[in-house]
Amino acid sequence: MDVLRDGLLEAVRLLLTGDQDTWSITALTLRVSLTATAVALLLGVPLGTALALGRFPGRRVLHAAANTGMGLPPVVVGLFVTVLLWRSGPLGAFGLLYTPTAMVVAQAVIATPIVAALTAAALQQVDPDFLLQMRALGATRTRALWALLAEARLPLIAAGLAGFGAVVSEVGAAQMVGGNIQGETRVLTTAAVLATGRGQFALAIAFGLVLLTIAFAVNLFVTLAQQRERASTSARSSSA
Amino acid sequence: MPRSIPVLVLAVVLLLVGCGSTATPAPSAAGPSAEKSLILATTTSTQDSGLLDELLPAFTRDSGWQVKTLAVGSGQAIELGRRGEADVLLVHSPAAEQAFVAEGTAGQRRLVMHNDFVLVGPANDPAGVRDLDGVGVFGKIAAAQALFVSRGDDSGTNAREKDLWKKAGITPEGSWYQATGQGMGATLRVASEKAGYTLSDRATYLAQRDTLALDVLSEGDPGLLNVYHVIEMTTKAGERVQPDGARAFADWITAPPAQQRIGAFGQAEFGQALFTPDAGKDEAGLGT
Repeated sequence: MDVLRDGLLEAVRLLLTGDQDTWSITALTLRVSLTATAVALLLGVPLGTALALGRFPGRRVLHAAANTGMGLPPVVVGLFVTVLLWRSGPLGAFGLLYTPTAMVVAQAVIATPIVAALTAAALQQVDPDFLLQMRALGATRTRALWALLAEARLPLIAAGLAGFGAVVSEVGAAQMVGGNIQGETRVLTTAAVLATGRGQFALAIAFGLVLLTIAFAVNLFVTLAQQRERASTSARSSSA
Repeated sequence: MPRSIPVLVLAVVLLLVGCGSTATPAPSAAGPSAEKSLILATTTSTQDSGLLDELLPAFTRDSGWQVKTLAVGSGQAIELGRRGEADVLLVHSPAAEQAFVAEGTAGQRRLVMHNDFVLVGPANDPAGVRDLDGVGVFGKIAAAQALFVSRGDDSGTNAREKDLWKKAGITPEGSWYQATGQGMGATLRVASEKAGYTLSDRATYLAQRDTLALDVLSEGDPGLLNVYHVIEMTTKAGERVQPDGARAFADWITAPPAQQRIGAFGQAEFGQALFTPDAGKDEAGLGT
């Protein structure tokens, strides 16, 4: 159990003393995973909207595919992206393998189905007549859609958080496409694996705790904003 | 829809945080490749022992080349070289290396350093192998059906281990023989937890000795010599290979300053050097 206590102390020490390696690893972790989540939102929300509301052939199959994609194994995604980005691969000319950009690509692939599937689920929760009513009230199609997304905003934020949670904690793809290169592509999860391989258990646990801390900070920030919004909304509707 | 505005603002902020941070790293992501950046494929032992952390910053300072290290088993490192995915290899699987160099896509292969493999196991030594020679050890372990933990990952260490079983005339199989498929550090850990035997390079074992319940039971056999070579790749392996980077690294690591660093590495921490520098020596004379 000493190792757990040492790990906790080490985590506190790393965070408080501003250990430069730890901070740059933490910053890179946030940068890569937040960017990947942003990309996943940009792709996944429209895709999920189409899955929930669209009328096109193959929609149900695609929906099932998105649901399956929620469990996409990061190591498989990592392998595919690696092969595509190899110097000898189709995208080799860009020299992206073992860069943070490659990690963003792989993590965006992991998070997009999660965002899409949860977006579809969120929109299908809203009263099916909602869109009809909006249109009947004279809203344009775009405006009505926008209103629908606004109506489902809480579960949509949850979708974004689920995507972020999936990518910030994965190690398979980050290791494979990033290569765990010191100062360049080392993130908290791969650093923890390396520290374990080196027998530095306290350090590995410290990295794990730092990861939990930043994941918590991101979620806390978004949740507080979400709940404040909810409180002000209900206050307004009850006063109305 | 005024009430949705705060949420939209939040979403936009979230996106901007994301996008903004892509914009900032862009120069640094393009930077190293614009500077000079080569890919070194090497073994887990050079990374897990901490040797690379000691060497690479000095190489970058001296040569201007940034190094992206892929610490994998020797088998995978050679495969990455064969595909032209790496510029230079630092590996320890001599038989596989010679076969690979004979294929013609690699350039020069030079001796860098050696240490040795050690057979480690629980202190109570259930198979009774303490101080036996390399081949005898393996016969005894098999006869006793004592737990042996193998890397099982086609690394240099794994290749040597299979070689030693073969020399002992044994095909290891059964529930006493377990393969982890992981690096040296992780495999030592499994052996330690399960009170099994394993073959390790001395550097990784020494670097982690304090956290392991494993003793060195057999060492010093000529069959346990662990020799590292640097192999330059050429554009024959792939058009994006950087032979000049490969040459710079191979020249640097075999030159006296780097060789001195290798010889000194570990002395402060472990009281003994983890590797013996060998550049320019005759391989046949090693370990004698």
